[in-house]
Amino acid sequence: MSAILSIFKREFLSYFRSSLAYVFLIVFILLSISLTWFVGSFFKSDDANLNRFFVFLPWVFAIFTPAVGMRLWAEERKTGTWELLLTLPVSVTQAVVGKFLAGWAFITLALFSTFTMPASVAYLGDPDWGPIISGYFGAILMAGAYLSICSLTSALTKSQVIAFVLGFIICLLLVLSGWSIFSELFSGLPVAIVDAISNFSFITHYESMMRGLITIKDILFFVSLIIFSLILNIVVLER
Amino acid sequence: MIEADKLVKDYGPIRAVDNVSFKVEKGDVLGFLGPNGAGKSTSMKMITGFLRPTSGTARIGEIDVRENPIEAKKLFGYLPESGPLYEEMTVMEFLDFICSMRGICKKKDKTEKIQRVVEICHLEGVRNQPIDTLSKGFRQRVGMAQAVIHDPACLIMDEPTDGLDPNQKLEVRKFISSMAEEKAIILSTHILEEVEAMCNRVIIIANGKILVDETPENLRKRHPHFNAVRLKIRGEKGEVKEFLNGHSLVKEIVDESGQILVVPKNGENIDETLFQAAKDKNWQVTQIEKPHTGLEEVFANLTK
Repeated sequence: MSAILSIFKREFLSYFRSSLAYVFLIVFILLSISLTWFVGSFFKSDDANLNRFFVFLPWVFAIFTPAVGMRLWAEERKTGTWELLLTLPVSVTQAVVGKFLAGWAFITLALFSTFTMPASVAYLGDPDWGPIISGYFGAILMAGAYLSICSLTSALTKSQVIAFVLGFIICLLLVLSGWSIFSELFSGLPVAIVDAISNFSFITHYESMMRGLITIKDILFFVSLIIFSLILNIVVLER
Repeated sequence: MIEADKLVKDYGPIRAVDNVSFKVEKGDVLGFLGPNGAGKSTSMKMITGFLRPTSGTARIGEIDVRENPIEAKKLFGYLPESGPLYEEMTVMEFLDFICSMRGICKKKDKTEKIQRVVEICHLEGVRNQPIDTLSKGFRQRVGMAQAVIHDPACLIMDEPTDGLDPNQKLEVRKFISSMAEEKAIILSTHILEEVEAMCNRVIIIANGKILVDETPENLRKRHPHFNAVRLKIRGEKGEVKEFLNGHSLVKEIVDESGQILVVPKNGENIDETLFQAAKDKNWQVTQIEKPHTGLEEVFANLTK
């Protein structure tokens, strides 16, 4: 346990030891908030809720999470430090989990730094806090699922660029598969298959949480995806 | 303490390490020698549990690195090739991290252990400097410091002096020699004088196979001119050559533009025999020397 904590601490702080963290945070805040205000016409909607903020998160995360996750293993492989890390008395599982949690905590921090959104809603109107809390909760879970995939793609290569592109493609597919425009492409296929495809989408599972409904099914989806990706991640590193 | 047991590593159809076995005990300094790509690093990576062997295993202090990797890893310190470090951390942050990973968590223990390695590796001046601003020599010292911070019984180092200047090399050698008595040490290198200076055992590996496993002294005996004597003689050399050619201890004599190189049979010492003969037969010997027989030629002959 202490090994996971040490790895977590080192990894989390390493974001801040370079200027990387600040760049990421600023980009994330600008992107998520400007989409809400300008594309989502937050003001015109005249609703005291954060639907127009949450609805863009699956898309923003599809770019942001690979950027955060790409360095997790690719950098260690490139500089050779994984040899140092994995010959210390830790298991690969501990290393994978520690690093994943650090990245997840960083994304969660980024997400919390958008607190100005709920603050403005509270200032301007009288929002229903239920959907806002469940929306944030769902966003954290969803970010974890994205990150587990990016941690895996990062373990596959020495190049952070390849890790980013691979992660981005997979994340994007997972968003797109639930997008109505995308599922119309498959309208020729049997309904069961179209449903199955859209069932794999992050949007499908995030939508209800955005509206304030947290179901076991959706939580299980994200959690099992995280576990599955991390297990693959461990298998890749156990050479 | 450290035991490699029939280690084999295949990369696709290529066998990088082929049935490598050896044991290193406390007090041993084993030099792992070989041309580039011979399988030195791969063997070390398998011993440290970083790479999974295709077959065979390694044991550190009786603990199998495949079966119980975490316990085995507690017993050794490892300096990987080219000393990778977390460059964005300062020296202190890095050593602190290594301590926590090694289960040294109490503040007092930690301070003590870090202070010890900072002293023995001469890192006082750079404690709070980020590692990426350090010179190669300092980085290597930080690498050493992390490897010995828990005072391990076994030490495994992959090319510890690679890329260092002569003074730094000397310092690293001294450092390793100072720990030799109480630890089992494996180091790889392709600098032969290092082996002569530090090691009491040499393993030469080429194409993944162990060619030689013996002491540096015995290895030197494999030199074709081991114990040879070079004579410079004034005047007529015909008689001298005739005498030496017929001598039972002499393998061959080589005429080197005015000097005679006398090569003994089986590398036996013929110094006294020659002195005696020179006295008895009144040879006009003006110069006598034993040519340096370094390990370079032995190594080249073995790995050609």
